[in-house]
Parts: sequence; C-alpha cells; structure tokens
Amino acid sequence: MAVINSKTTFWGYRRENGRVGVRNKVIILPLDDLSNSACEAVAHNIKGTTYINHPYGRLQFGADLELHFRTLIGAGCNPNVAAVVVIGIEEEWTNRIVKEIAKTGKPVSGFGIELHGDHDTILRASRVAKEYVQWASELRRVECPISDLWVSTKCGESDTTSGCGSNPTVGNAFDKLDPLGVTLCFGETTEITGGENIVADRCATPEVRAAFMKMFDRYQEVIERHKTSDLSDSQPTKGNIAGGLTTIEEKALGNIQKIGHKCKVVGVLDKAEVPTKPGLWFMDSSSAAAEMVTLCAASGYAVHFFPTGQGNVIGNPIIPVIKLCANPRTVRTMGEHVDYDCTGLLQRQKNLDQTGDELLEIMLRVCNGRLTCAEALGHNEFVMTRLYESA
Amino acid sequence: MIHFLVHDKKDSVGVAVVEGIKAGQELTGWLMEDDSTVTVKAANDIPIGHKVTIKPLKNGETVWKYGFDIGKAIADIKVGEHLHVHNVKTKRW
Repeated sequence: MAVINSKTTFWGYRRENGRVGVRNKVIILPLDDLSNSACEAVAHNIKGTTYINHPYGRLQFGADLELHFRTLIGAGCNPNVAAVVVIGIEEEWTNRIVKEIAKTGKPVSGFGIELHGDHDTILRASRVAKEYVQWASELRRVECPISDLWVSTKCGESDTTSGCGSNPTVGNAFDKLDPLGVTLCFGETTEITGGENIVADRCATPEVRAAFMKMFDRYQEVIERHKTSDLSDSQPTKGNIAGGLTTIEEKALGNIQKIGHKCKVVGVLDKAEVPTKPGLWFMDSSSAAAEMVTLCAASGYAVHFFPTGQGNVIGNPIIPVIKLCANPRTVRTMGEHVDYDCTGLLQRQKNLDQTGDELLEIMLRVCNGRLTCAEALGHNEFVMTRLYESA
Repeated sequence: MIHFLVHDKKDSVGVAVVEGIKAGQELTGWLMEDDSTVTVKAANDIPIGHKVTIKPLKNGETVWKYGFDIGKAIADIKVGEHLHVHNVKTKRW
C-alpha cells in the first residue's frame, strides 16, 4: 500500500485565491537594496514577521528589471505567505508590487521612504505589520487534497551518492506525486547539459519539447558567447572526475534522476513564472542552489526537495527546504542539516520504493507544520537571479 | 555486503559504494531496477564512487549507465575493470 494516494490529505492554509500554503508567514519585503534596513527594523519591532533581504532593485532595466519584479511579486503571492508589507525607496515601484500581490486577495501594504525617512516609514509599516501578524495568527490549517500541493526540486553539493541514492529517491516520490495531480518543478538548465535529449524525450508534446530545446539552446548560446563552447576541460570538473564521474552525460544523468521514470514534462517556465496546470514543469534556471530555490518560491511552489551529497546547508524564507542525503559521511558530519537520511539505500537495506515513500512521509509532516532542519537552524537564503549588469 | 550498485539492467557498469576495493576481490552488486544481485571479480583497485565494468566492452562500443548512453569505450574493457576517463570518453566532443 503506497504512502500516498488520491485520498491523501494534508493540513494547509487555503488562501483567498484558492492556493494552499504550508506556512503562514507575514513577510516584510524590500523593493530595493536601500530598503533592507527599514524592513529589518520592522521585523525586529513586530515579532512573528519574516524579513527578506536582497541587494538589488536599482537601475535595472528591460528583461532583468521584469525578472526583479516577477521574483518579488511571486514571493509575495506565494501561498505560504499570509500577508505582505512592502517597503521601497519611492512609492511608484513599491506600489507596482503591492498592486500585483493584492490580486491574490491577501492583505498587502506598501510604504515609500522618500519624503518620510526611515523613522516614519518604520513606524507606519510596523503598525500595519502588527495588525497583519495578529490577524494571520488566527488563521487555521484546513484539510486539503494532495492535489493542492506544489512541490519543487533542485540538488546541490552533489556527488556519486546523489545519482545513486538521494536523486532517484526524489524521482520515485515525483513519480508517485505526478498521477495525483500535484504541480511539480525541476530546472537547472546548465546541469542538464549532456542529458538534454532525455529531458526532451520526456516532454509530453512536440510543442513542449520545442519550447524546452529553445531554452536549452539559449543557454548554449550564452556559453558560445563567452567562448567556452568546448566544456571538455571543465565538465565534468576535476573534482567530479576524482569522485568517479567520467563524462558530462553521466553527471547530467545523475541530476535527471530527480524526475523519476514516468512523469512527463507538461510545460516549461521562464524564471519565476507561475505554472498554469498540474504536472511536472521545467523551469529555465540557474544551478546555484539559493537562486533556484528562490525562483521556485517566486513561481508559487509550497515545499522543496533538496538532495545533497557532500552537504549543502540551504534554506529559504518562503518555502521549507527538505534536505535528503545518501552519503554516510555527510550524514555523520553534518547530520543537523539532513531531514531524511537515505544511506540505507546504498547498502540494500532499503529499496527506492521504500525511500520514496519515506521521503513522502517526511514531506507530509513538513507540510502539516513540522519545521525542517533549515527552518530550525534559521537558514533564510533569498537570492535573486540577475540577467545582466545595471544601467 | 554490497560493494557496488547498478541502476538499470541495460547498464555496462556499477558504482562502488564501499571504500578500499582491491584487485582480485570478489564483489557483490545490487541491480536496483529489479532488486537482483550481480557478482564480478575486481580486475583493478576501484575507489569509492568509481565504476566497475560488469559487461565486456569492445573499443568504440557505447557505455550504458542509468539505462542511457554515457559515452564510448576507447579501448577494449573487460568485466571487473575500472572504467573511467582512461578508457571511456563522451561522444559529444
């Protein structure tokens, strides 16, 4: 009997727009680098709020600016967020974020610092944040069908145990979640190099396949432009080779284990774009851990699977990051970061079906409220992807 | 005791999951796809995380791992031999 089936439920927060979150955050969101201090002060004043810190938002333009807005708006719209206070250096761009988040129906207010200064801005924003956090504290979890859940994945600090153990465990869980109508996501355009044809073959339609290959080819052009088109000296890396990885294909295949064997790619997403239906989505994204998880949060994902080999410590202020590891040395030396130890898989004490089920059990507990290691340790990495230099 | 893992029935190789495999050692592998056992005799020392050949390969033949093409043999490779950058290359470059 599988751990999850179509009757499986979890306890989540159903938001005004119908989306379901697994956390109930009131976030203090800076429009730009200049507003971090005021946001931090508000979060210090009002207990139970979450302050987000990032270094960007000035003199960006074009697609890079659009991505900046999409990421911040997406973070605010994420169903793990109950209410949002936005602070920016000036009101016009601040209000652009407020207006978009308000479309979800959740409480959101914006404050500009110009003509007020930090003191007055912090005072005004703190008053609103206090109302929000008290209001949110009375919201209750309700029982929701598993199909209301959105789950993303990305691996990091990978080694050979990732391809053997932790990545296929995520793949097994994805293969079980997909038929239940769960919305899934993977990405890492750069680290799929060598396995792009396998992802292409997993695309549900010729249109999706063409859209995926377009994203992949775009990345290849970036490599070409920076004159590193022949990656044979850097992929696999010297460290990868020392660890036993022989070819770029083998490295990519280890990564792709995360999407299992059955689920099809139903569509592709630009960075921080919101999926429009259930199923597995490919997001064109960086392979840097905090960037990718931040983009997943901005796309609306509620919980994240993060397989690691050598041991990554990442967390995120919006989505709980569930870390799993099949490397016994990492589990021994960095155990406080590992939510699920799947080392038994490498000694045949467990099979993939069991580790996939056990990961899903942990996922349901986290969705129902159990704090992840990263949450308990206070890891709040929010890293925005930049496309090019500022004006 | 499991010395190496094999992902797929089609695979030419297994991955060492224990330290200190020595030439001449009898190795037990676990074929994960159908939960069966594979045994080979190590022809070389195999470091943890590195690959041991479980099916003989001719020079130029495709190497399979995860059930997929990961490159080609650039020498004849016998069962039990260490398979790595000295005898296998990507077909990409």
